[in-house]
Amino acid sequence: MAAPVKRWSCVGKRWVLAYIDGGSRHGRGAAIGFTSRRKRGQSSVAQQPLITAQKSRKGEHEWEAVVGLEIHAQISSNSKLFSGSQVHFAAPPNSLVSFFDASLPGTLPVLNRRCVEAAVMTGLALNCRINKKSLFDRKHYFYADLPAGYQITQQRLPIAVNGSLAYSVCVGKKPSQVSTKTVRIKQIQLEQDSGKSLHDEPRSQTLIDLNRAGVGLLEVVLEPDMSCGEEAASAVRELQLILQALGTSQANMAEGQLRVDANISVHHPGEPLGVRTEVKNLNSARFLAKAIDFEIERQIHELENGRKILNETRSFDYKLGCTMPMRDKEGKQDYRFMPEPNLPPLLLHDTASLPPGADPQQVINIDWIRERLPELPSETREKLIQQYGMLPEHSFALLNEVGLLEFFQNVIKETRAEPKKVTSWVLNIFLGFLKQQNLTVNESPVTPSALAELLNLLDRKAISSSAAKQVFEELWRSKGKTPSQIVSEKKLELMQDQEALERVCHTVMEGHPQVVMDVKRGNPRAINKLMGLVRKATLSRADPTVIKKILERKLSS
Amino acid sequence: MLGRTLREVSTALKQGHITPTELCQKCLSLIKKTKFLNAYITVSEEVALKQAEESEKRYKKGHSLGDLDGIPVAVKDNFSTSGIETTCASNILKGYVPPYNATVVQKLLDKGAVLMGKTNLDEFAMGSGSTDGVFGPVKNPWSYSKQYRGKRKQKAHGENEDSNWLITGGSSGGSAAAVAAFTCFAALGSDTGGSTRNPAAHCGVVGFKPSYGLVSRHGLIPLVNSMDVPGILTRCVDDAAIVLGMLAGHDPKDSTTIQDPVKPFTLPTLADVNKLCIGIPKEYLAPELSSEVRSFWSKAANLFESEGAKVIEVSLPHTSYSIICYHVLCTSEVASNMARFDGLEYGHRCDINVSTEAMYAATRREGFNDVVRGRILSGNFFLLKENYENYFIKAQKVRRLIANDFMNVFNSGVDVLLTPTTLSEAVPYLEFIKEDNRTRSAQDDIFTQAVNMAGLPAVSVPVALSNQGLPIGLQFIGRAFCDQQLLTVASWFEKQAQFPVIQLQELMDDFSSDFEIEKLSSVSLKQ
Repeated sequence: MAAPVKRWSCVGKRWVLAYIDGGSRHGRGAAIGFTSRRKRGQSSVAQQPLITAQKSRKGEHEWEAVVGLEIHAQISSNSKLFSGSQVHFAAPPNSLVSFFDASLPGTLPVLNRRCVEAAVMTGLALNCRINKKSLFDRKHYFYADLPAGYQITQQRLPIAVNGSLAYSVCVGKKPSQVSTKTVRIKQIQLEQDSGKSLHDEPRSQTLIDLNRAGVGLLEVVLEPDMSCGEEAASAVRELQLILQALGTSQANMAEGQLRVDANISVHHPGEPLGVRTEVKNLNSARFLAKAIDFEIERQIHELENGRKILNETRSFDYKLGCTMPMRDKEGKQDYRFMPEPNLPPLLLHDTASLPPGADPQQVINIDWIRERLPELPSETREKLIQQYGMLPEHSFALLNEVGLLEFFQNVIKETRAEPKKVTSWVLNIFLGFLKQQNLTVNESPVTPSALAELLNLLDRKAISSSAAKQVFEELWRSKGKTPSQIVSEKKLELMQDQEALERVCHTVMEGHPQVVMDVKRGNPRAINKLMGLVRKATLSRADPTVIKKILERKLSS
Repeated sequence: MLGRTLREVSTALKQGHITPTELCQKCLSLIKKTKFLNAYITVSEEVALKQAEESEKRYKKGHSLGDLDGIPVAVKDNFSTSGIETTCASNILKGYVPPYNATVVQKLLDKGAVLMGKTNLDEFAMGSGSTDGVFGPVKNPWSYSKQYRGKRKQKAHGENEDSNWLITGGSSGGSAAAVAAFTCFAALGSDTGGSTRNPAAHCGVVGFKPSYGLVSRHGLIPLVNSMDVPGILTRCVDDAAIVLGMLAGHDPKDSTTIQDPVKPFTLPTLADVNKLCIGIPKEYLAPELSSEVRSFWSKAANLFESEGAKVIEVSLPHTSYSIICYHVLCTSEVASNMARFDGLEYGHRCDINVSTEAMYAATRREGFNDVVRGRILSGNFFLLKENYENYFIKAQKVRRLIANDFMNVFNSGVDVLLTPTTLSEAVPYLEFIKEDNRTRSAQDDIFTQAVNMAGLPAVSVPVALSNQGLPIGLQFIGRAFCDQQLLTVASWFEKQAQFPVIQLQELMDDFSSDFEIEKLSSVSLKQ
């Protein structure tokens, strides 16, 4: 095993060089790497952008990629899966560790009811069959951040099986061309998270933080129904939204609450699936897509050069944009699964099977949970489309940012402006400002009420739309002011005074006899020039339609 | 006073004939006096005296916590005790001071019991002799009894007596010796394949293994989670019932304990055995069974029959597969349970720090004895993907068949099974170590171990002395969660058997006043 692994790592390093030699830091690492190699006459593939590359090839050179995912979502719960320790992100190291979490001898697991409910909710939301009886197993391996030497998981009989997840991907260039796909869900299992290892290389020490050890995880296994990085990333994104809507996981990838392992293989159409590799610990949607696409291309490249794909575990180096074999996963792992003897089978009930007189604290009723499921993202989007005549891609955009939908709905509540106007302002201007300054919706200096008021001013034509943008900028800068205050301070209200406008128009025409002549000679664009001059003279405070009317009247008289 | 039963001394405490502190001090002196037995790994003298003092205050105020208040007890050193070193007789846990009490320990303390110390065992309770712990073997108090020494003098003259001391059996040999040598009135053992009953039989005390799930395992450092139960060692069945009453019941920290509330145990006196049906499993008539034990076994059966009970031969057809099946299941769970001892969080850690893996390997090599390492190795072999079906799954199926054997017998109307506890009486240490731990465990667990597979309650009751003057015990096995019925029958039998009190006068001259030694009462089952 050691030799081939070494060869892989060499290949990886050469790509690293190729990437830097390639001289460009703007393109995709993988493609550049291949391009560079092609220049040296070693490769003839993958000159094209990644995803289309597989599809555009014909005949025997055609490849199909198959991608399956294992997603670990940290359950949002007060305490850990089998102990009473609190669950917090970024607490001081080893401050949230019970005797059980540190695997003190003699301690026993006690299942957290909240985690079971979260698993059932998630299973129901993902159209799974909930197993009324599920079992816990021990999965053994030695690692410094796994104090017991085994992880308690559900290998034989998981809590939920056979579900599905619908997600959307863009098919064409335009964002409006959205296509819905479905990935099957093999199973959802409850299991323990491990602790964290911090490697202090200079002192050759490993520091262990057990705060995360024993936190409940939902492992969601997606069947290999996806074919590229973008599909996988979209599926993960949709799952993330579902988990957040359910409240079963905060699913924040940056905080490690959602971690993805991808299984990837390539094969010729009509032939059996190829040998797969596993890329582990992908912690952002962007890296997930990149890592998968890189890995697909790497496998195709290897196979086309007569080499073999090893069934191995790889990690993604986000700085270099490539996958590498994982050193500590070398060799054959035998997890020596065994039933967890300290936990009796987990029994769930539905209303029909509920034992009479059962203590509600001791039983979990699947039907009861089903009735109380919150609205799922797909339903929310459908409602938006129905209620506001929104475009599907806008409904996606609204749900994609945490808190954006709520912001939108709050604006809608307080404004007379049309929903389409509100959508446009929220998605284009508001979101644009947030993105530019890298803020979340909650951190926005502009409140929904302020935006609603601004849109009201616009709606009753008290200000022009370009003035509205100015007001918005001012709102963003100076917290606490209302749009009306800004409008009056900056004198941005539309000039309603007809006589004054007439006077301005008159002055402009007098000052530009040549342009007036042009209009009269029949140049249709000349009137626009006059309008521009009037707007300038009014500091954009005039309604363009009104100006046009006045000018037309004056010119024809 | 020290020779009395728990109930008797409890009465004495309540009546003020002795104070808890006096009682505790007497026991502490005796522990020191009998230090050579090696029954205790840790004597928690200070804690014990403090607890006794508090108990004394309660008695003075009339706020006694019940039958256990002020009673000296001992706990096997594989139960977690807060602030008191807990070693499992292993290098790997030397110096480990747990921050919490096992539920059973906490319950004893809550009832006012006085914890004298932690008793010796085979490393991680793996053994049947209490000879394989890092603190050395436990010596059987009967080695020094008048009864045994008298017999030996008749036989062999001039032999060095000290080198001929006997093993206690195991793995709870320290607890059995502690109770037998009067250093405490009850002790906790653990029982995975007979570890409470076997040493009880060899030391002439009562060893009770409750139904699986009746008593919490939280804080019991596991050998085989699916078979372990805390065991109770006492001088009589009634005492075992008292202790069980204090320990039994649901524990939110152990998900395998029963949910139903357990009613307080009060052992009724059985007037007669007319309505009883006693089963004698024919498969337990093993060729290795000593003729003496066999003879006491049949005498006991005859006694029940003559007193009106129905005694029938029954069959437990899968008995012969039990030991090998146990071997697979036990070592597999051992391999898993021992994985946590890596030197990182607690316990021994080696000096090697080349890599994490090298540190693990050296730590575990230094920390575990050959027996533990051997079981880890076999267990991991059985759990390998390619072996799992052929070994672990098959063993689980056989386990079910063994459990069904018992179910069938009990469903056919049998109330209690009567069997030997051990093949013979205790053997000298030098004899015992001629065979390795694995062979010994396989031989010695033969009558006790199937019970753990089925999770049933069982109790070993001392019956009589052998020709050599050594105790012999018989085992009663009951229906699951019919522990009370089992103990009721055992108690009736105990009264008929009239097992003699161990005579240790020579050993404890200073204590002669404390032992109101009765004359060796007539033993109804004497050969």
